[in-house]
Amino acid sequence: MIKKWFKSGDPWIWLNASAVSTSIIIVVGLLLLIAVRGLSHFWPAQVIQAELVNGEQRISLIGEIVETEEVPVQRLLDSGVNIKTNKEFITRTLIKVGNRDKFGSDFRWVIFPDNTSINYPKNLVQIERREWGNFYGYIKNITKNGKRIATQEATWEKLQPLIDETNVLHDKIRYIEKNEIGDINYQLERLRLERRKFELKGITDKNALAEISASEVILHKRYEEYKKSLAVLYKKIATYSVNAEIMDGQSVVIPLSTIVRAYQPNALTFLQKVSIYFSKLSEFIFDDPREANTEGGIFPAIFGTVLMVILMAILVTPCGVIAAIYLREYARQGPLTRMIRIAVNNLAGVPSIVYGIFGLGFFIYFLGSEIDQLFFPEALPTPTFGTPGILWSSLTLAILTVPVVIVATEEGLSRIPKALREGSLALGATKAETLWRIIVPMATPAMMTGMILAIARAAGEVAPLMLVGVVKLAPSLPLDGSAPFLHLDRKFMHLGFHIYDVGFQSPNVEAARPLVYATSFLLVLVIVILNLAAIWIRNNLREKYRNLDS
Amino acid sequence: MENTLTQNIITDTTNKLSDEKECLKVNNLNLHYGDKQALFDINLSIPEKRVSAFIGPSGCGKSTLLRCFNRMNDLVDNCHIDGSIELNGENIFAKGVDVANLRQKIGMVFQKPNPFPKSVYENVAYGLRLQGESNRRKMDEVVEKSLKGAALWDEVKDRLHDSALGLSGGQQQRLVIARAIAIEPEVLLLDEPASALDPISTLKIEELIHELKQNYTIVIVTHNMQQAARVSDYTAFLYMGKLIEFDNTNQIFTNPSTKQTEDYITGRYG
Repeated sequence: MIKKWFKSGDPWIWLNASAVSTSIIIVVGLLLLIAVRGLSHFWPAQVIQAELVNGEQRISLIGEIVETEEVPVQRLLDSGVNIKTNKEFITRTLIKVGNRDKFGSDFRWVIFPDNTSINYPKNLVQIERREWGNFYGYIKNITKNGKRIATQEATWEKLQPLIDETNVLHDKIRYIEKNEIGDINYQLERLRLERRKFELKGITDKNALAEISASEVILHKRYEEYKKSLAVLYKKIATYSVNAEIMDGQSVVIPLSTIVRAYQPNALTFLQKVSIYFSKLSEFIFDDPREANTEGGIFPAIFGTVLMVILMAILVTPCGVIAAIYLREYARQGPLTRMIRIAVNNLAGVPSIVYGIFGLGFFIYFLGSEIDQLFFPEALPTPTFGTPGILWSSLTLAILTVPVVIVATEEGLSRIPKALREGSLALGATKAETLWRIIVPMATPAMMTGMILAIARAAGEVAPLMLVGVVKLAPSLPLDGSAPFLHLDRKFMHLGFHIYDVGFQSPNVEAARPLVYATSFLLVLVIVILNLAAIWIRNNLREKYRNLDS
Repeated sequence: MENTLTQNIITDTTNKLSDEKECLKVNNLNLHYGDKQALFDINLSIPEKRVSAFIGPSGCGKSTLLRCFNRMNDLVDNCHIDGSIELNGENIFAKGVDVANLRQKIGMVFQKPNPFPKSVYENVAYGLRLQGESNRRKMDEVVEKSLKGAALWDEVKDRLHDSALGLSGGQQQRLVIARAIAIEPEVLLLDEPASALDPISTLKIEELIHELKQNYTIVIVTHNMQQAARVSDYTAFLYMGKLIEFDNTNQIFTNPSTKQTEDYITGRYG
């Protein structure tokens, strides 16, 4: 019976099926975990007010419950916590109390005594601030230039429009500072470099110098204008502030200019929660980070990752394809080509950090500084290309992924039937004509496969990038409105590195943890989208050559 | 026995076919794949605008010989050829011969249909495009003429711009013939052109060969002796890399001059 069952092959099928389902469960589980943990972060949670009676003391606690865990009592006793209980385990709760400016830390572990009363007061206010993290507490009144303009019930109604107003002002200020003044600075720097270039070359062309000075004067004038309007805006934005009270009764003053958004979490309807959720989510995706990357968005990181991967694909595909064509079509097949192939395959197994070292040593220190001396002597001693940047990063990753492209392309080339080559040659085509008219077009799906694999590998790579161009916080994007638009020398932010930085280098690890999940989820999403785009292109190509094997 | 036979062949097959104009002439051709000799001292002359068939058992070298005519064997790494083949009196193995140019003069059709993954039109126009032809009108004309010449026009005229891979096997083979005659070669080499086709497609191809011999010198390799008898004017029998006999097809099939040919034709071996 059993023997028959084994003979029938069923156990084999079951084994395969369980292997496949295990893999699927692991992948889906992983994605679900990071998606849930990451995306739930933006959902406005309820804020509790707990009254703890600890002997004589009455303590009031306001905050969000982050997590609860069971801990052995002994461990707490050992670490000096004073609890009287005869249980072996006790539940403790992590509460985000916010108000880092007053308490020094956002989070607090609390053991609730049995007689704790927990309420959800409707008028509790949560304020997201541009600095010092969240505020939790009660709003007392609003002041305009130090004079009270609203108290009690009227406060809340008045607050929202005022916040919107200041946010508009804030955006305006940021736009002027970042774009307008940033542009002026960029142009001034270029003028300085131009002047320096003349100096280095020993040219004393009075007209040219005068032209530079004239442009500088104009720019300085424009700068002064912006400065003036900025001063006005700064004064305007400082008009309003809120007086509020936090959980231990301290009163705090919050200038409206520092408020991102404020809401009463316990009074929100479901729809309001949804709208806050999406506004937070879009802030996360489309905004710049703030507060050492633990708050705000990760747009520069998304942008940097995508741009770097695209540059890498543009660099690696032609190189890999040409190398593969040479190896497969032109090179005499022998021990030498076999050795080259082995070397190429081994290259794919070299740890990526080694490529980082290579990139730093060869591209940046050698190639980059040569380029600087030849083409950008005016900027020295400040390096232009002799320093980590997006070009070197994509080049380094291109080298890292070139074996994948070569192997995939060779595979594709070798799969093209000999009959087609002979058919083309028999019509009087030369080898090159056959290659370009028949073989290469037919091998494009394979080349695309190579590119897809390269993208998948490169988008997830972090270690080498830390050496050749990724930074924690880049002042400007590598692609922007000032000529020459694509700044290959600039450093950039990367999602993978952002995860590492936020999760493990951040001063406020607890606050950043959900962002780690959210960023991971986005990284996966970005890679998936890049891959899907490439797969879509490949399938369109493949459609053309269907029925090839018949 | 072997010795006398060879003797017999060489004396017998000077192979001058007196009353025909010769197109291709093979002189003392020896071909080696590495250490292995595949063709032994072939002497042969192929008449112009006639169909010549090569028959013989598998591995006898008939395809190899055929592929010498348009130098397809150049693609084989360790292939070494001695002797000469003359096309209209000029040695095709001579130094300075442009192989691409030679292959334009000597077209070839392979055993399995091998249309390119392009449209029907582009398949036929491929050779012209290689020659740098870009006049659309001229190209249309040639494509139509070639497809008509290959008896395929009526079947594909409404789908010239569909993929050639959608055609049936027989249509694909005729398309490949159309592609070959589009560049107006002098000689057409057919390497078992019907072996992968069904009987009806085979019949069409055979009819086509009859048509084509008005304008082209045709050399056909075939496994099928009936086919050779049906389509060819002259037949060469090869065995073990040696040309045993080359003569009028009628002569070969009714009154072969060597015992080996007779044995093969009567099905005693091979």
